[in-house]
Amino acid sequence: MTIDQAPARRSAITGLARQLRTALGPDAVIDDHQRLRTYECDGLAHYKVTPALVVLPADATGVVTTVRACAEAGVPFVARGSGTGLSGGALPHADGVLIVTSRLRRIVEIDPANQRAVVEPGVINLDITRAAGADGYYYAPDPSSQQICSIGGNLAENSGGAHCLKYGFTTNHVTGAEFVAPDGEVVRLGGKAPDATGYDLLGAIVGSEGTLGVVTEVTVRLVRLPEAVRTLLAGFPGTDDAGAATSAVIGAGVVPAAMEMMDALAIEAAEAAVRCGYPAGAGAVLIVELDGPAAEVDAQFAEVERHCRAHGAFEIRIAADDAERASFWRGRKSAFAAVGRISPDYIVQDGVIPRTVLAEVLHRIAELSRDTGIRVANVFHAGDGNLHPLVLFDDSVPGEAERAEEVSGAILDLCIEHGGSITGEHGVGSDKAKFMPRMFTEADLDTMQLLRCAFDPDGLANPGKVFPTPRLCGEVPGRHKGAHPLQDAGIAEVF
Amino acid sequence: MRAAGDLVLGELSATAAAWPAGEADHVDGVPARLVAAPSTTDEAAAVMRIAAQHGLAVVPRGTGTKLTWGRPPERADLVLDTRRMDRIVEHRAGDLVVHVQAGARLDAVQEHLAPAGQRLGISPVLPPGAGPGTAGGVIATAATGPLRLSHGAVRDLLIGITLVRADGTVAKAGGKVVKNVAGYDLGKLLTGSWGTLGLVTEAVFRLHPLPRAARWVVVGVASAADAHDKVQRVVHSQVVASALELDRPAGDPAALAVLVEGIPEGVDGRVRTLLDLLGGDATAAGEPPAWWCHAPWAAGEVALRLTHEIAGLPRLLDAVDDTARRCGLRAAVRGSAGVGVLHAGIPAVPGAVPAFVARLRELSPSWSGDVVVLDAPPRVKTALDVWGPVRGLTLMRRVKDQFDPARLMAPGRFAGGI
Repeated sequence: MTIDQAPARRSAITGLARQLRTALGPDAVIDDHQRLRTYECDGLAHYKVTPALVVLPADATGVVTTVRACAEAGVPFVARGSGTGLSGGALPHADGVLIVTSRLRRIVEIDPANQRAVVEPGVINLDITRAAGADGYYYAPDPSSQQICSIGGNLAENSGGAHCLKYGFTTNHVTGAEFVAPDGEVVRLGGKAPDATGYDLLGAIVGSEGTLGVVTEVTVRLVRLPEAVRTLLAGFPGTDDAGAATSAVIGAGVVPAAMEMMDALAIEAAEAAVRCGYPAGAGAVLIVELDGPAAEVDAQFAEVERHCRAHGAFEIRIAADDAERASFWRGRKSAFAAVGRISPDYIVQDGVIPRTVLAEVLHRIAELSRDTGIRVANVFHAGDGNLHPLVLFDDSVPGEAERAEEVSGAILDLCIEHGGSITGEHGVGSDKAKFMPRMFTEADLDTMQLLRCAFDPDGLANPGKVFPTPRLCGEVPGRHKGAHPLQDAGIAEVF
Repeated sequence: MRAAGDLVLGELSATAAAWPAGEADHVDGVPARLVAAPSTTDEAAAVMRIAAQHGLAVVPRGTGTKLTWGRPPERADLVLDTRRMDRIVEHRAGDLVVHVQAGARLDAVQEHLAPAGQRLGISPVLPPGAGPGTAGGVIATAATGPLRLSHGAVRDLLIGITLVRADGTVAKAGGKVVKNVAGYDLGKLLTGSWGTLGLVTEAVFRLHPLPRAARWVVVGVASAADAHDKVQRVVHSQVVASALELDRPAGDPAALAVLVEGIPEGVDGRVRTLLDLLGGDATAAGEPPAWWCHAPWAAGEVALRLTHEIAGLPRLLDAVDDTARRCGLRAAVRGSAGVGVLHAGIPAVPGAVPAFVARLRELSPSWSGDVVVLDAPPRVKTALDVWGPVRGLTLMRRVKDQFDPARLMAPGRFAGGI
C-alpha cells in the first residue's frame, strides 16, 4: 500500500465498522485497538498482524452481510474459527476484516437416518461426535486439537488426524456446504445426497484455506461407531525396525484405524512431561489401533502383533480397556507440548513422504541433525507417511535459530525430493507459501490461480495465503516459543 | 476448407498419431473432423496447442463407453483419443498407490494390481454391451458403482492429477501421497467435469488391499417401504458392508444385495448377522447376482442417474412408480441404495420421457437429490434438459471461463450449457 492509499483504506474501514454495527448490532463489531490485538495470530504465534476490524456475526446472514460489505468496499477479509491452525492460515490482514465464526455454534441437525450432521462453521469438531454418540455415530476426522478446533477451520484446511489413515480426511466427509463467494453470492453446494449436478466446487473449496470464500453451514458424513476397537503399543530398538513393521502391516493388507510412531527423543520428551511409561530403552514406539467388526479386528490384531515381533519389537502391550488405551495415546498426544519442555524453542514441521521411503528419510533427517547440531524429535502418522519433525533450538544461542530454520526447510526439501508434500494437514497458510514453488511448477500454480480468479477476481478472500507473494518471499519459517498457549491452558493438544 | 483441414492434420501428425475422422468418430451424433491419439502428456499438450491455435473444439475419448452421455457437444472438430496413453506408469505397492495414464483401461489396471493383493476401489456400472472404461473416462464422468460404499467415490481415490489445459499448458495438482493439503485440489474439480475444463492425461490413485474373502447376502424386497427398512437395518448395523445395492426391474420382484468382504472367519460371522438382520428369504452366496455392476437400462433406452439422501429412498422409489404409471412407462431402477446413487432405465418414448423427467424433478426435493439424464437417443435428448437445474451455476460458468475462455473443451456438453 502506498502512502496515498492509506487514508482511503482507513476511511473504508471506518465506514464498514459503522455499517456493520448498524446491521449486526454493536457487540458484533470490534474496532478498539487493544481488543483487536486479541486476534492478531492463530496457533502459529510467530506471525502477528492486527486486523483493521473484527466482526463476530451471530448467524449466517451476518456473515453474508459482512462479506457483501467487504466486496462493496473492496476490503479484504479473513475467516477464522477457533484459531488453532498451525500455518498462519487465519492470520489477519492489516487492512482487512477478520470474520470470526465462534458465535455460529449451532448444531442444526443430527440426522442418523441419513448418516449426516448439519452444523454451523463455528461448531467444535468433537461436539459433533458428542452429539451423534447417542445414536451410535461419530464424526471421523479427528485433528488432535479436536476439543477446540472448529469444523469451518477443518474444512478450510482439510484437516487430518490419527484416524484419517483408514477413514479419510475432511474432504472425504463433507457432503454439503452453504458458501458465500467473495462477491457475496450465496451458493448451496451438495447436501445430504452425493453428486450434486455440476462441477465439484465443494471438492475445490475444502482445503482452499479460506481463499475462495466463507462457509456458513456444513453438512458432514457421520460414521457408525465400530463394533470393536483394539490398541497396542510396541517398543522397538529403533525407527528402522518400527518402520519395517509398519510396512509389513500395510503390506499384509491390514488397514489400521491409526498407526503412530515416536522416536527416542520424542519418547524422552513425553516421559519428561507426562510420565507415560513407554517401554524402557525403546528407540521407537509404535501405536497401532484397529477397529471394525470384532472377529476381523481380533484376527488382524494377532497379525499386527506378529509383524511387530518379527521386526524386532521387544515389548508389546495391549490395552485392556479404554483407560489403558487413553494412557497409550497420552504420550503420543502430548508429544508436541512435551517437546516444549526439553527445548526452549522449536519448530513444528509438517511434511509427507511415501511410506516406503520412511527409513531413508529418517536417516537423512538424523544426518542433518548431526551435521548442524540441531536436535530433531520425530512424532508422526507412520501409516500415511505424515511426518511431524520437531526441530529443537535455543533462540538465546546466537545463530541457532537460523540453523534450525535451515534444517526445517531442508526437511521439506527431503519430502519433495522423495515425491511427498510440504504439508499433510496443517496447511500452507502464511508459513509455507514460499515453499509452494519448490513443489509445484509455475504452470501448476498458474492453473490453481485460475480457480482463485473464478471465485475471487479481486483477491479479497484471505489474500497472501497459500500462494507465494512478494510480501512473503524471503521471510523466515515460523517458530514456536515453548508450548502453544492453548496447550499451556490445558485446552488443546497440538499435532 | 479442405486444404486448411489437411494443413492441421499435417501439423497434428508431426506431433502425434492423427487421422481424418470417420463416421465411427462421431460424438453423440455430432460429426468430428479429425482424430489425434497422443501417447504421452507432452504429445497431448502439443495436440492441444495446435487445436487452440486453430480454434478446434476438442472432445476427449477413451474407449468411448460413455461418449454419448451428457449433452452432445456443440462442435467436435477434434476427437482426442486417449487409448494410446494406456501405460501403468508406476505401481508402488508398498505405498498403496498407482500412477496411470488416462487411457489405461480399468480392467488392465486391476489385473496389474491383483498379484500384489491390491485393487483400485472403483467398480463403475457397465452400460449394456460396453466393456470397462478407462481411468480418464471414470474421472471425467465421476462414474460410480457398488464399491463406493466402502472405498468412496472416484474423487476420494484420486490423489494426483496431470492435466493439459485448453491452451496446451501442462499442470499437476496433488501428488502421490495420500495425505496432502498443499494447494487447490484440482483433481476433485476435474472429476465429473466431462472434459470441459481440460484433458486429464495422468492420474494417481490410492489403492486398497484385495479382500481375502467376499460373500453376497441377497434378500427380496416387497415394496419401497420394505427396501428402505432393510437398507436402514444394514447401514445402522456394524457389519461394515462393502456394497449395498438395490435391484428393482420394471414389474419384477426387487432385491437387495449386500457385499461383505474381509477375512474368511470375519466374513462368515458378518454374513450370519446379516441373515438374521434381514430375515425372510435372505440367502448368502459366494458370487454376486447377475445384475451386479450392470446398468439397469437396455440399449436404446433412456439412462438416468437419481441421487438421494439415504433415507429418501422410499419417497424416490414411490415417485418413480407413480410417475412411470402416469406417463405410461416402465422404469427399472438399480444402484447403490446405501450411498444414495441409483440408476434407472426407461423406454425412449418421445413425449413421455420429458414428462417423466420433469415430474421426477418436481418431486425430487422430497428426497434431496438430482435427476440427470445420462444417456438417451438423440431424438429424445433434444427435447430435454438432460442436466436439469444446477446450483452454483454462476460460479461454475466463471470456472469454465477461466480454464477455457475460448470454449474449446467439449463445449456445451455439460450442465447449464457449459
